[in-house]
Amino acid sequence: MQVTVKILRYNPEKDEKQHYESYQVEADPTDRVLDLLEKIKGYQDGTLAFRRSCAHGICGSCAMRINGRNRLACKTLVQDLNTTKITVEPLLGLRVIKDLVVDMEIFFEHYRAVKPYFVNDEPPPEKERLQSPEERERFDDTTKCILCGACTTSCPSFWANRNYLGPAAIVAAHRFIFDSRDRAAAERLKILSDHFGVYHCHTIYNCTDACPRGIQVTKAIGEVKKAIMTGSLD
Amino acid sequence: MKTHRYEVVVVGAGGAGLMAALQASRRAATAVLSKLYPIRSHTGAAQGGIGAALGNLEEDSPEWHTYDTVKGSDYLGDQDAIEFMCHEAVETVYELEHMGLPFSRTPDGRIAQRRFGGHTNNITGKPVQRACYAADRTGHMILQTLYQQCIKRNVTFFDEFQVLDLIVVNGAAAGVVAIELATGELHVFHAKAVIFATGGYGRMWEITSNAYAYTGDGIAVALRRGIPAEDLEFFQFHPTGIYKLGILITEGVRGEGGVLINDLGERFMERYAPHVKDLASRDVVSRAMYIEMREGRGIGGQRYLYLDVRPETVNKYAAIDGRTNPDGSPYQVTADDIMAKLPEIIDFCRTYMGVDPVTEPMPVQPTAHYAMGGIPTNIRTEVVIDEQNTVMPGLYAAGETACVSVHGANRLGTNSLVDIIVFGRHAGINAAEFARGASFQPLPSDAADFARQQLDRLLNSKGKERPIEIANEMKHTMFDLVGVFRTEESMQQALEKIRELKERYAYIQLHDHGKIFNTELLTAWELGNLLDLAEVTTVSALARKESRGAHSREDYPERDDEHWLKHTLAWLDEDGVRLGYKPVVITKYEPKERVY
Repeated sequence: MQVTVKILRYNPEKDEKQHYESYQVEADPTDRVLDLLEKIKGYQDGTLAFRRSCAHGICGSCAMRINGRNRLACKTLVQDLNTTKITVEPLLGLRVIKDLVVDMEIFFEHYRAVKPYFVNDEPPPEKERLQSPEERERFDDTTKCILCGACTTSCPSFWANRNYLGPAAIVAAHRFIFDSRDRAAAERLKILSDHFGVYHCHTIYNCTDACPRGIQVTKAIGEVKKAIMTGSLD
Repeated sequence: MKTHRYEVVVVGAGGAGLMAALQASRRAATAVLSKLYPIRSHTGAAQGGIGAALGNLEEDSPEWHTYDTVKGSDYLGDQDAIEFMCHEAVETVYELEHMGLPFSRTPDGRIAQRRFGGHTNNITGKPVQRACYAADRTGHMILQTLYQQCIKRNVTFFDEFQVLDLIVVNGAAAGVVAIELATGELHVFHAKAVIFATGGYGRMWEITSNAYAYTGDGIAVALRRGIPAEDLEFFQFHPTGIYKLGILITEGVRGEGGVLINDLGERFMERYAPHVKDLASRDVVSRAMYIEMREGRGIGGQRYLYLDVRPETVNKYAAIDGRTNPDGSPYQVTADDIMAKLPEIIDFCRTYMGVDPVTEPMPVQPTAHYAMGGIPTNIRTEVVIDEQNTVMPGLYAAGETACVSVHGANRLGTNSLVDIIVFGRHAGINAAEFARGASFQPLPSDAADFARQQLDRLLNSKGKERPIEIANEMKHTMFDLVGVFRTEESMQQALEKIRELKERYAYIQLHDHGKIFNTELLTAWELGNLLDLAEVTTVSALARKESRGAHSREDYPERDDEHWLKHTLAWLDEDGVRLGYKPVVITKYEPKERVY
């Protein structure tokens, strides 16, 4: 089948502003949008820039707006889009470096701000720290995050105020706050209760819709809010 | 051009690079350079587990793990290194847990373990539960956990810096040259010690489980600096890739009881490996699949077979095998068990094939997966450059890019993660200790010239060749002619083709002459790496006139210990590939026939 891929292009060395360019591509219904981008780059226009690596939804490189919705290009099949007209744009809310490549620094800065690492200064046992399957299950959903940025850059609150830590950072915090082995939940909850934390979330659910990993992002944010309000992790 | 100075520079930020960085940065000024954001590395794609004889569910020991790995390697692995790795594995898995890694758990709260191919109880010969797992996301959890710890310890990262060259002064590593993707500027990193942790080169093959990033950069850079590549003829084809796409379906599927089925509905592995059947090592299973398909028993006569993990299938064969739980009750699974233990696999199959593994079998074919060979190192991860194992001072390598050799001619499942953690850790420690006792070599004034020349040649090339077409022809050639089965004729044909492609590569045309995020230029440079490695792989494979592990020659079907119990070393000279050999380290286990 023939599909039209319309891409929002920007080359800082040549262009004053972003503009659309369209490409006709022969595609199979089961092609990934990433396959189409590769075909365009390889056969039509080598200047097209985008990030990619694993090509099966686990590395998080190729988050972009596809027909108006944040998705991974490698996890979106042509047949999933129910149209032969595909529009591809860079993630919103981040500075565009070139074409579909955005500057992720503020995203990672927010991630680093929530202490996204295991804290437990008690001397470890000789073997593993014990954790029941139920305790492990408590934070399973948020361990799946691949930091692709699809959630944070779909959030109107983040678009309005880029100081808002955003859904991905809160998901990262949630993963540790509800880990029975971790000891820094109070510190993280304090960070998330301040000015740029969870209260910027207005439960719009864009993040949950955008997550290519199926993480219940809004629910996780809700759990963090509740923990802040009640002072309890139960 | 900017010059930076660090005592230790780590190249690559997958599991091996991050583990090295965590250790090195405690001891010396360390920087990590990675062409991807660290959490994009291919370690994250590893699924089924990391092998360590914790014995959480049944009796196990590091000695058994050692023997299984030696046998799995078809006796080409160096036994001192394997023994070291399998013993260290236990402690390092606990170390990962102490860093917060969210392993799945046993009912009593310990790290959960599952069966994997080639891992056995050495007394009964039955599969043993040795693979420590976090559902089927073990690599993702390792990568995330190590990156998180690097943030905690303020490790210095240069994200999206692609290393193009190794600086060698007075026969010692003195730093690297890298291009910053965001600006196109070259940077020189002056260092006392350099650790290469740059991953594999599976993108040489048409059907592969590997990421786009897996282009053998570290090995190719080393070859251009006169460092040999070891055992490149041994490349693993994983039995179960998603049909046509090559995306990995973890061996953990078979560990949980899944079976391979041919067009006649037969569980054919019982004919090839009567003892462990579907859990034979990967080379054995991939060959069996090829034979089944060649003899017309692919599904519908096509080039795929079924991997069946439907609960009714698992329970049927578990009963036939007499498989039991630790408490002696019959092994039985439900759809919920499968979904809890293999969520990613189910997601991949639904997304890419519209197949639900709980109710339908998965179409699979062998997929190029893992480089057993790489940059030669000793057990201390120091790079060694000749038949006498002479060390190049200041240069270290770890992970898939290195060849210690702990995988020999065939890697066992779960041992790649063991390798990156154990040897990544030691690379970090050893490189930092070396750096503390060494001084900086003087930098040559033209340190960046060789890297710049390579890029300029690509940018100024005036031909009409498209890099993507050269890449596709290389991938077809290598998959069809230097794949699971090989012959003199097929490999000669491949070699001619690769040499033709290398000539055509000199006449490529690039459209992007800009500096900012010129990924066309870097992809073309990576293609040059793959072409070099394809030539080395093919020449090494042609010379080895035997079948061992993943290197399976139809014209020499037997293993030949008398002539070929040795490692290949290959140098890339001006006029082609030059080969040498060095002995295998054998300590406790004399080579014997390998039966599963």
